[in-house]
Amino acid sequence: MANNNVFIALQNNEEARPIIEAIEQDNAEARVEYAPAMVKIDAPGRIVVRRETVEDLIGRDWDPQELHINLISLSGNIDEDDDAFVLHRGD
Amino acid sequence: MAAKRLNLREKYQKFTRDLAWEPTYQKKSDIFPQTEFEGIHIHDWDKWEDPFRLTVDAYWKYQAEKERKLYSIIDAFSQNNGQLNVTDARYVNALKLFLTGISPLEYAAHRGFAMAGRQFGGVGPQVACQMQSIDELRHCQTQIHTISQYNKYFNGFHDWNHMHQRVWYLSVPKSFFDDAMSAGPFEFVTAISFSFEYVLTNLLFMPFMSGAAYNGDMATVTFGFSAQSDESRHMTLGLEVIKFMLEQDERNVPIVQKWIDKWFWRGYRLLSLVSMMMDYMLPKRVMSWKEAWEMYFEENGGALFEDLSRYGIRMPKYWEVSVKEKEHLSHQLWATFHNFGHAAAFHTWIPEESEMQWLSEKYPDTFDKYYRPRFEFWRQHTKEKGRWYNPTLPMLCQTCQVPMLFTEPDDPTQICYRSSQYNGEQYHFCSDGCKDIFDDEPEKYVQAWLPVHQIYQGNCGGASIPEVLEYYHLVDGQDNKEYLESNDRANWLRWKGMADTEADREVQAVVNE
Repeated sequence: MANNNVFIALQNNEEARPIIEAIEQDNAEARVEYAPAMVKIDAPGRIVVRRETVEDLIGRDWDPQELHINLISLSGNIDEDDDAFVLHRGD
Repeated sequence: MAAKRLNLREKYQKFTRDLAWEPTYQKKSDIFPQTEFEGIHIHDWDKWEDPFRLTVDAYWKYQAEKERKLYSIIDAFSQNNGQLNVTDARYVNALKLFLTGISPLEYAAHRGFAMAGRQFGGVGPQVACQMQSIDELRHCQTQIHTISQYNKYFNGFHDWNHMHQRVWYLSVPKSFFDDAMSAGPFEFVTAISFSFEYVLTNLLFMPFMSGAAYNGDMATVTFGFSAQSDESRHMTLGLEVIKFMLEQDERNVPIVQKWIDKWFWRGYRLLSLVSMMMDYMLPKRVMSWKEAWEMYFEENGGALFEDLSRYGIRMPKYWEVSVKEKEHLSHQLWATFHNFGHAAAFHTWIPEESEMQWLSEKYPDTFDKYYRPRFEFWRQHTKEKGRWYNPTLPMLCQTCQVPMLFTEPDDPTQICYRSSQYNGEQYHFCSDGCKDIFDDEPEKYVQAWLPVHQIYQGNCGGASIPEVLEYYHLVDGQDNKEYLESNDRANWLRWKGMADTEADREVQAVVNE
């Protein structure tokens, strides 16, 4: 069986919570696991963090590069632009 | 007309690639003299792109915010005597190992990336290496600052850098990094950014830092996750450098594969110290080494290497051995440190009954069969005849410098011994992985500074344990030996208002499911 999981791990804090919620909204297959102080989100093939979804949740402008502040770890190829941060396997 | 705001791609282009120029009066090979000797062929440095597209202005902005957050927590931690909130004073020994073993590597990485960045002929990797070099300096500093609070209350923290250069088991992390830094720039980033940071450091920072949080250590979890937020960028650099080399020229593929094989095994052997921290040194445990290896290496690493297979890259050689060893690793390490606890810069102890129960549950096929009887024997021996320490010195592996404690992959009752001849001398190894690494570059590894050989040659203060401890700057009876008999424990009980009436009182550890 092909294993093409990607993951992103964030600190479990006030700033990261809406990001986690946005990931859950935009990635139907995401599995969210809570460990002490951190949250690890796995999904097959792809995870997208959309700027617009986060902005709707926090009510202000949000730059996907703000992810850096509360990011713990990730796995997958990254594709980032002004509107989204994407993790994926393959090209 | 107002200037159009640059998008992320354009900004990265302007702030990074446009910094480069073609030299006119010097040859490129004179400016970057180390880019060819490793056999890596690069045709177009512009194909290197940081997927985060982080520019220097954004870098400073986010790093400043991370630092502000971190230092406000460190202040709160020391102002509120946070060191008293950890689960148990035994926990602090994991921090001693961290400060003496890991923090100096952060500083080494700072130097290493400054050197690698200087040697790369493209501006993309130059900028990425420069940022990482600054990050690593920050990590070393924040770790020293955070842990200095513990130094005021616990023994063993006082001369960590001196110890890093001398103490026997600390030659394991030190030689790992020295090996990488004395390689060429491409091998260095493959070793550190890809094999260590991308494939292996999740094992160190995720379960261990989450474990620090679980054990009430607010300071460590804070520097840990702050460092780890940079680490995501480093890991991405690691993957990027691998893909870049593989896409540039197919002649690079076998060279990269050889480095991945080598540095996976070097890093995995280094992490055996972490296995023992997770299974034995954290009073409250988040997950076992075995579970962490399955989650972060087998599952996650498996997906990574499946992705890389389109370039002709396969799983690192001997990964199957690491899977067999996951049942044994932490127990064999802790048993060895228990035996040599008189020469270590932290305390050791026998796990209490509730902890042995946890180990039995996590390792149903091996713990009760092979390891519990040893710990029970040593506990009984301590009761009847006093704590036993091994008076001889162990043979070390010429490559990884870990004592020869690992067993045959298919026979946990037989220590694994391998050896090679080189220029009429015999060299010893703990595994096929370490032997292969030596056989590929024997002229490098014959120069290894092996602590046990050095002691016997009289280069470490003398031939007796007290003389060697003095050379290490360890105070006998204060920084080393059994936890139950330590000042750390006596102080802890006093601070926490706990009685210590029974001489053989067991430590009250909490074990969580």
